[in-house]
Amino acid sequence: MEGLKAELRKESRRLKLNFDELKSGGFIKQTQKDLFTVRLRCPGGRVTADKMRTAAAIADKYGRGEVHITVRQSVEVPYVNYIHFDAVAEELRAVNWSVASCGARVRVPTACAGCSYNPNGLVDTQGICAEVDRRYFGTPTGHHKFKMSFSGCPIDCFRTREMDLGFQGMVEPKLLEDLCNGCQLCVKGCEDKALRMEGDLPVRDDSLCVGCGDCVKVCPVDAMVVARRGWLARVGGRHGKHPLFAYEVANFLTDDQVYALIETTVDWYRHHGEGRERIGAVIGRIGLNTYLDDVVRPLGVEIVAQADQRRKYWAGGNLYDSK
Amino acid sequence: MTQNSAESELDLRGVLCPLNFVHIKIKLEEMNSGDVLEVLLDDGEPMRNVPKSLKQEGHRILRVAPEDGHYRLLIQVAE
Repeated sequence: MEGLKAELRKESRRLKLNFDELKSGGFIKQTQKDLFTVRLRCPGGRVTADKMRTAAAIADKYGRGEVHITVRQSVEVPYVNYIHFDAVAEELRAVNWSVASCGARVRVPTACAGCSYNPNGLVDTQGICAEVDRRYFGTPTGHHKFKMSFSGCPIDCFRTREMDLGFQGMVEPKLLEDLCNGCQLCVKGCEDKALRMEGDLPVRDDSLCVGCGDCVKVCPVDAMVVARRGWLARVGGRHGKHPLFAYEVANFLTDDQVYALIETTVDWYRHHGEGRERIGAVIGRIGLNTYLDDVVRPLGVEIVAQADQRRKYWAGGNLYDSK
Repeated sequence: MTQNSAESELDLRGVLCPLNFVHIKIKLEEMNSGDVLEVLLDDGEPMRNVPKSLKQEGHRILRVAPEDGHYRLLIQVAE
């Protein structure tokens, strides 16, 4: 890696390329000599038609006429020779675009379509994803990569459990008893069996409710309403050779509390991480409670501190538990 | 909510999601706003999905009556 950096620095000086642009990491070395994959910055996977045309033009001109759609919603142009980096950067700038990152940095956040057109969506994942990208993309962590994602509802298509920090939309339903006609559609509609009839009225068991809001969406007389809406925060997940499932650490965060949690968490990771650890390993080493005390409690948010508060979110499977 | 007599009816027992919803949609489009459609819907997946989708499209569920292994719904066409 050091050898490659030195080689790049030398080459960039010779070709008068902008080394900082190379270092940001959007150019990824391929197996083939001199060829790189250009990873484009696509927060939430939302890309204008204008930008897609530019990606296609770059692939035609400098690549092999193909792009790769990555698992984290990016568009990559493979087979670009490094001598074309400046030309590629110039074409990207013309449509107000840039490359993504790799290395020990905050990566481009991912997000589902969210509430703007997905019927399951509870929160604006695309809006917050764009803002988080604007504020934190590329922030160095000093240790390893730092991935974030946003899911609009508990179906969690964007796998917040596998992120260093993941945020998932949730609602707290509340019954307006005077309006309820006892039709039981909410009880029928609840996949988690968190609602049952007591007399003529549905009663909710919070230890089973994951906050999907289906009961609110189905209620024909608008008796089941949203009492609170916000983000469930998960910390310490990762995939890769040794995957980790994240911990739920806070409920019903506002957008501003999400930004605060990101800032303090990245800060905490920078201070407590050792070498190339991900934050999940740091938490495993020094304890989830330390993280909760250092980062979550000072924010004054609704903390998830007990293991039994997390039980309702998982189903089982192979967790490699040695017990 | 007194007009519980349906202008039209659909027996969707044994019809799977989302085909049951499509049948209802086609029928509702033929009807006038304010008209009432009576539907027989299986318990389980259909009862979990169809009423939510109907509400999203602005229709109103007037009544839900449990019957033997299925449900009888009265749906009023959106304004």
